[in-house]
Amino acid sequence: MCLAVPMQVIEINGSEDDFLSQPTALVESDGIKKEVRLDIVDRWPNLGDYVIIHAGFAIHTLDPQEAKTNLRLLQEMAAVTHGDGETA
Amino acid sequence: MKYLSEFRDSALTKPLVAELQRFPARPIRIMEICGTHTMAIFHHGLRSILPEGLQLISGPGCPVCVTAAGHIDAFVDIAQQDKVRVAIFGDLMRVPGSNGSLSQAAAHGAQVEMVYSPMDALELAEKHPGELIVFLSVGFETTTPGVAATILEANRRETSNFAVYSTHKVIPPPLELLLADPDLELNGLLCPGHVSTIIGAQAYQTVADKYQLPCVVAGFEPADILRALIMLLRQIHEERYEVENGYNRAVTWQGNQRACALVDKVFIPEDSPWRGMGILPGSGLAIRETYSQFDASKRLDITMQDIAEPKGCLCGEILCGKFAPPDCPLFAKACTPANPIGPCMVSSEGTCAAYFRYGEK
Amino acid sequence: MSEQYILLDHGSGGLASQQLISELFLKYLTSPLLASLEDSAVFTVSGNCLAMSTDSYVVDPLFFPGGDIGMLAVHGTINDLAMRGARPLYLSLAFILEEGLAINDLERVLQSIAKCSNEAGVPIVTGDTKVVPRGKADKIFINTSGIGLVPDERSISVSQARKGDKILLSGSMGDHGITIMTRRAGLSLEGELRSDTMALHGLVDHLCTTFPGAIHTLRDPTRGGVASTLCEIAEQAKAAITLDEESLPISASVRAGCEILGLDPLYLANEGKMLVICSPNQANDIVNAMQHHPQGHEAAIIGEIIDGPAGRVTLHTGLGGERLVTPLHGQPLPRIC
Ligand code: SF4
Repeated sequence: MCLAVPMQVIEINGSEDDFLSQPTALVESDGIKKEVRLDIVDRWPNLGDYVIIHAGFAIHTLDPQEAKTNLRLLQEMAAVTHGDGETA
Repeated sequence: MKYLSEFRDSALTKPLVAELQRFPARPIRIMEICGTHTMAIFHHGLRSILPEGLQLISGPGCPVCVTAAGHIDAFVDIAQQDKVRVAIFGDLMRVPGSNGSLSQAAAHGAQVEMVYSPMDALELAEKHPGELIVFLSVGFETTTPGVAATILEANRRETSNFAVYSTHKVIPPPLELLLADPDLELNGLLCPGHVSTIIGAQAYQTVADKYQLPCVVAGFEPADILRALIMLLRQIHEERYEVENGYNRAVTWQGNQRACALVDKVFIPEDSPWRGMGILPGSGLAIRETYSQFDASKRLDITMQDIAEPKGCLCGEILCGKFAPPDCPLFAKACTPANPIGPCMVSSEGTCAAYFRYGEK
Repeated sequence: MSEQYILLDHGSGGLASQQLISELFLKYLTSPLLASLEDSAVFTVSGNCLAMSTDSYVVDPLFFPGGDIGMLAVHGTINDLAMRGARPLYLSLAFILEEGLAINDLERVLQSIAKCSNEAGVPIVTGDTKVVPRGKADKIFINTSGIGLVPDERSISVSQARKGDKILLSGSMGDHGITIMTRRAGLSLEGELRSDTMALHGLVDHLCTTFPGAIHTLRDPTRGGVASTLCEIAEQAKAAITLDEESLPISASVRAGCEILGLDPLYLANEGKMLVICSPNQANDIVNAMQHHPQGHEAAIIGEIIDGPAGRVTLHTGLGGERLVTPLHGQPLPRIC
């Protein structure tokens, strides 16, 4: 029900606690840039962080460690070949 | 795209497909709640490689499909008012109400603009000071926080010609309703990814406990969906029923509390009509009194009419997983994407549209 | 017609457009040359085989990254002629201008038209201009028509496509469609998106001369994109088509833009690409020749024509699954939910 894509933060305007500023970031992926809002993001991102964008809002800042674990778990699951048990 | 392409790579997905297919054949029914999952599953041709006996049932998670016909009529009414310009997500353009769709209203002079973000609708208000810009707002937990933030921003900017017509909905009430139905006979739940980014994986704990139902939160890339299905099948075979998070790069256990707090600040739960399911208590979100100047239903005095669903259309039952689109006598005959009768055929996420488009007969 | 009024969907190049043409236009206009619904009509005059085509151009904005309305007007009609193997000879040019249009903008468009026509070696030999009151048109509408000469030995049309033929695409898809869509206020994206507008008659001539008889069908996948065009070809050739998802050429930035806006590049317009349907045993050489030509260096073999129900197009996905590809029905809409 909700398309959202990860993009990298390359510019940040405003700050987390300055309520009157416009909390926005410029995000980028494969040469495409978009200005997004940071009003609702769970963790204020740093430059270089990846955020998940939905309808012009960052909804989550990726933790690179979590993302790595995510990929590793998938790779491990994929590496399980027939015969070494337990999985099914 | 980083964090997308890795999870699409066939070097990763092919072994996962093999792993999935190793599960012994037996009848298993898994519901994918979220329309974006429905789309992704069809788009990647996943149905064609499922192990025998495994059935995927689409749930009530396409926001356009569950929007009641009366709300669609209200959208068209608003669009036809003088000095009003409506802003919508592209998804809404072709949904038919009893008086036609927004796209047909546009052919008769209604001002209808597609936007990517509710913030773009607010920008439109600045560009057209002589008009009232109404954002016709649909969506679940993922979309609502951004709309809440936009209303707060409009308040801060004191934009007087901007309003939102909210038909926002929350996912737990229809889920409860569905699961309470013993006829559904579900063995597992593929839980939405980005909704869970906001409400957290914990949101499914009650359901998992109460109905002893395996629940796995899944991302939207092929490897994510495959992994989640494997996790579900493992739980089913091992007779466990837990909430597992298969999308930990985007979803945490407790969710995005900042977003939830913003939603709470701007919106208040109300009873809301769902297509095919009737009025579900506390399943919708209305704009709080404090922000009533941004509430289009108050500003334009819109009351939603109770409109009958199109005759013969089984959308309601399909949204509850009771029927599949080919069971509908109108499917692919009177009802096609070019000439949709029900909303499930319109929204690209709609189950009927996905069946039609991706060739499930 | 199920609709009582014209909707934007009727101009989308998808099913709604097809329906309008077959149910209304062909009801009254009955020339068999028209009924074949090819990119241009091919007929013989005093022993010479000629191709004739016409097209109108409306685009907002007039100027966009990679091109402008004038370039589209020249390239589009040249390509329609080339898709029947013709060597384009002459173009006509007609304008409908809106009162209040800046002369400066018109001049820029004309400069661009002159440049494209010179580069392509296809002169504009006749023209017309009309002006309508403000609000009755959107700045500039252009119509161009063209005629070309089809060399004797060439017979290129959808009816030539046969089972076993390979399907080639001359380069990345979706570039034009997403570039225009992201110029709209509410859907804007910044970055490296550019229209692919380009004349293809040079490439066509090169292929037809180098591989005589091997090229069966050419189509440019403009509105409706590669998916809708292939559905039409499969329908007209009374065969099925299978595509390989992983071989589809798509640039990284178009892919990213599509992910953000919820679009499928298979359905986005192209203005400088063509689908080539050719003998299977020469497909590798043809794709090679295309890749060495400036108008086709990203060419790829994307699928083939197979036995199966007429009009059925399927796609083999990266994870080994299969799904149906159906034509677009209306304009492609961005989605968020
Ligand atoms: S096929 Fe059409 S009429 Fe039947 S349930 Fe689906 S949307 Fe409704």
